[in-house]
Amino acid sequence: MAAGNFEKYKSDGSLGGNLLEWVDARFPATSMWKGHLSEYYAPKNFNFWYFFGSLALLVLVIQIVTGIFLVMHYKPDAALNANGVPVAFASVEYIMRDVPGGWLIRYMHSTGASAFFIVVYMHMFRGLIYGSYRKPRELTWLFGVGIFLVLMGEAFFGYLLPWGQMSYWGAQVIVNLFSAIPIIGNDLSLIIRGDFVVGDATLNRFFSFHVIAFPLVLIGLIAAHVLALHETGSNNPDGIEIKANKDENGIPRDGIPFHPYYTVKDIVGVVVFLMVFSAVLFFAPEGGGYFLETPNFYPADPLKTPPHIAPVWYFTPFYSILRAMVWNFFGLDAKFWGVVAMGASVVIFAFLPWLDRSPVKSIRYRGPITKVMITIFVICFFILGYLGTLSPSPMGELVSQVCTVFYFGFFLGMPWWSRMDKFKPVPDRVTMK
Amino acid sequence: MKKFLIALLFAPMLALASGGNVHLDKWPGSVSDKAALQNGAKIFVNYCLNCHGASYMRYKNLIDLGLTEQQVKDNLMFTSDKIGGLMAVAARAEEQKQWFGATPPDLTIIARARGEAGNAGAGADWLYTYLRSFYRDENRPTGWNNVVFENVGMPHVLYGLQGQQVLNHETHKLELAVPGELAPAEYDKAVSDLVSFMVWMGEPQQEFRRTLGIFVLAFLALLFVVSYALKKEYWKDIH
Repeated sequence: MAAGNFEKYKSDGSLGGNLLEWVDARFPATSMWKGHLSEYYAPKNFNFWYFFGSLALLVLVIQIVTGIFLVMHYKPDAALNANGVPVAFASVEYIMRDVPGGWLIRYMHSTGASAFFIVVYMHMFRGLIYGSYRKPRELTWLFGVGIFLVLMGEAFFGYLLPWGQMSYWGAQVIVNLFSAIPIIGNDLSLIIRGDFVVGDATLNRFFSFHVIAFPLVLIGLIAAHVLALHETGSNNPDGIEIKANKDENGIPRDGIPFHPYYTVKDIVGVVVFLMVFSAVLFFAPEGGGYFLETPNFYPADPLKTPPHIAPVWYFTPFYSILRAMVWNFFGLDAKFWGVVAMGASVVIFAFLPWLDRSPVKSIRYRGPITKVMITIFVICFFILGYLGTLSPSPMGELVSQVCTVFYFGFFLGMPWWSRMDKFKPVPDRVTMK
Repeated sequence: MKKFLIALLFAPMLALASGGNVHLDKWPGSVSDKAALQNGAKIFVNYCLNCHGASYMRYKNLIDLGLTEQQVKDNLMFTSDKIGGLMAVAARAEEQKQWFGATPPDLTIIARARGEAGNAGAGADWLYTYLRSFYRDENRPTGWNNVVFENVGMPHVLYGLQGQQVLNHETHKLELAVPGELAPAEYDKAVSDLVSFMVWMGEPQQEFRRTLGIFVLAFLALLFVVSYALKKEYWKDIH
């Protein structure tokens, strides 16, 4: 960080000045403001892909604020009410109909869940193409992978709460996966459910995880993610370290203060994002049946299994990888290997900083091999995602197996293909495109 | 000739009597047609409610259909005298299970539940087609079967209006054997109104949601212009 970040404010004699000086003597208000905003120097060449970090923070705030209001009216209770409807399910409809503005809060929360994953996937893709995970930002990346894992858990727990058919059976399927783990599997899934079937105990503990445990961990990890980033400084689309070229005052020549430059720029991004978000929220809150799955408009019925249990869209690529594993290896069930593959397909992101051996960071100065590999990876991710929404079929199984091989090939082959590529010379200063 | 026309009318309804994927007729109604919604509400409380519940819905919300509280009380409330009460079912679930083989589902959000991924509006089409696809079947305990929902437990409660259809097993088409109170076109309109009501009931504030959305987007468009100008102003010296 630039020099002078930890200076305290010297009062100019005004009331506000005196107050700030008093605070600064006791709390690092001015130095934090400077260190993280007004004197945090970010590269001046951020492009479209750099909006998604701040947007992820915005969606987090939307989810927390709407979540607080939802908890005021939602009841995590699987018992049937006088009309034979589970209390939890009825309380969601109560929010949608009888709570003033409740429908808006609920749709913001349900649309926000999908928006969170869209924004985070874009944010991760940015890191992938510009090498943001590379030295010295490995810890920023690792905290990010942690955020992604916790976010998946948060979404999974939250999805049970409306207590609809898909909530119930989705949770049943996923929790059952843990029983595939040898020896401890059955006990583990029993501990997660709190019962032999998904029931009131499950609903209550998932509610607790969703509103307390996971958000706390999430916020902690996000703080660590941002702190680690501000320690190293941001990467940029050229993949150049702007700190390597500082002026006489120790300020990077290609850096501009985050505030006001990126705050005003991110406001534009926020407004555009909110337009897309509002278009879904007000005109297609079900997201075409992908954000709110239609079977979830039936209350959970433990006696009636839906013909097709599909996870929400943001889990479908990993769900496809799970389903792609159909072989029993080493005397262990295919289901177990599916769980292993699914877990590995998420955790493998954590190893990126050490798998990538390319001499340059940004895709701009890397050759055709990188571009082809990343393109294939993204296409496979989309195909896996699409197949995960469909019922199993022999053709779908084969395609998802091929895509799974490419998915893992992308990561496991990276130490070789990332080095083989042709590279262009990297400029000394960032370029404005 | 008349029979041919009737057959033509119902022709698109039936692809295969056996398959689960029956072609669905497009619901022609709209949730902004207040007269249709009022008619649909009338049919709903007279024919549907009290085997089916609408137990997330309050009677007082029916005022939004352009009715007064007194009109709702006089015309649409048969089992409750509390305008703030839920449109709950009066029959007992266990007894219904004995009568029909299954407890009739709650209908408040049935139009949403019957939607499909990629086509959330399919729920209305399904209901519109289903309610016009009952036919006589002496093999069923109720004497009724349905093309869209095979071996359905529900009898054709609207048969007084529609009349009795039979399934022609050679053409796989439904034919009107005994006419009802309404002509086929009138019956289609009545079902469309009923479906309109059920779509509306699935989310009573949906019209307001869309209207509000236009204002929100207009505000954001304005905010975009201002915020973009602000960004331009700040960034004019950055090269």
